[in-house]
Amino acid sequence: MCTSIVEIVPAEGAGKSFEGWFPVTRAVVSYDHPNHALLDDGIIVDFVNPDLGPGARAAVELTLESAKALVGALERAIAAAEVEEAEARRVPAEAA
Amino acid sequence: MAYEGMIAESVTINGNNNEPISAYQARPMGPGPFPGVVLIHHLPGWGEFYREMTRKFAHHGYAAISHNLYHRLGEGHPDDVAAKARAEGGVADDQMVGDTHGAVAWLRAQPYVNGKVGLIGSCSGGRQAFVYACRRDDIDAVVELWGGRVVQAEDDRPAKQPVSPITMTKDLCCPLLGLFGNDDRAPSPEQVDQHEAELKAHKKDYAFHRYDGAGHGFFYYHRPMYRVEQALDGWEKIFAFFGKHLAG
Repeated sequence: MCTSIVEIVPAEGAGKSFEGWFPVTRAVVSYDHPNHALLDDGIIVDFVNPDLGPGARAAVELTLESAKALVGALERAIAAAEVEEAEARRVPAEAA
Repeated sequence: MAYEGMIAESVTINGNNNEPISAYQARPMGPGPFPGVVLIHHLPGWGEFYREMTRKFAHHGYAAISHNLYHRLGEGHPDDVAAKARAEGGVADDQMVGDTHGAVAWLRAQPYVNGKVGLIGSCSGGRQAFVYACRRDDIDAVVELWGGRVVQAEDDRPAKQPVSPITMTKDLCCPLLGLFGNDDRAPSPEQVDQHEAELKAHKKDYAFHRYDGAGHGFFYYHRPMYRVEQALDGWEKIFAFFGKHLAG
């Protein structure tokens, strides 16, 4: 490979490939040549399940700017979600 | 001359450790003899571009074969298989050498091949073509197209590619043609300088052509990195190089 920029994290959820929905077990983030986005290089995010073969893959190819914006959106959504989660946990305690 | 008829088909060859791997071969119609060319596909996959490149060599009178370095990763769309390869750190150099030797041996066994075999690869395949030409001595010419990581940094020694190819230069077995874009970052112009200096130091038979106005992958006509003038000139140089070194 011409760059070796690859980050891999476990992931739990579901993704949709050409063949339909599948359980996701891993997310792979790389900076490399996209196959479809008209960029020389880009951030590629693959949600995959290696146990199910190469076709179990939900992929996006993004510009760096789009990837940064996505990180910001994820952080804001997660922060808001954590507030919601904390509220949900507090209600039963107060009721008791 | 251009050959108007050709045979193109999928075949199975003996790869590393005699494991079967898939390959795509194309050759002109007729008994030959034709010079042989082995193509090492790039990181983005064993896909349509390399099928077309294989047929291009057949169109120009070569018996060509492109073997699937990703065969062991499973069946699937080339993009998906390539994504799996990327996540796994590419393919091991040892396995690549074994698979490529299988493609070279397959070509040499064909009655229509003139006994000469060249090797060409781009991107990661450019690096791999150079590695092969340093580790084996069964090819007659090699073309490296913008090989990334021929110069591997000190902290870039993964288990699958444990040796920086530039350190193998003294063992290069055949003439080398290298094509590079001066706007490329992998390999950068400075890395190409190091590559060339090592070839000179070992008095190797090589020719490098370095194009202004081009970066990485300037042959890829389906990508924005395509540069038509540089690509056309590059193809002329490839056919002149193989024409000289692979003639029967």
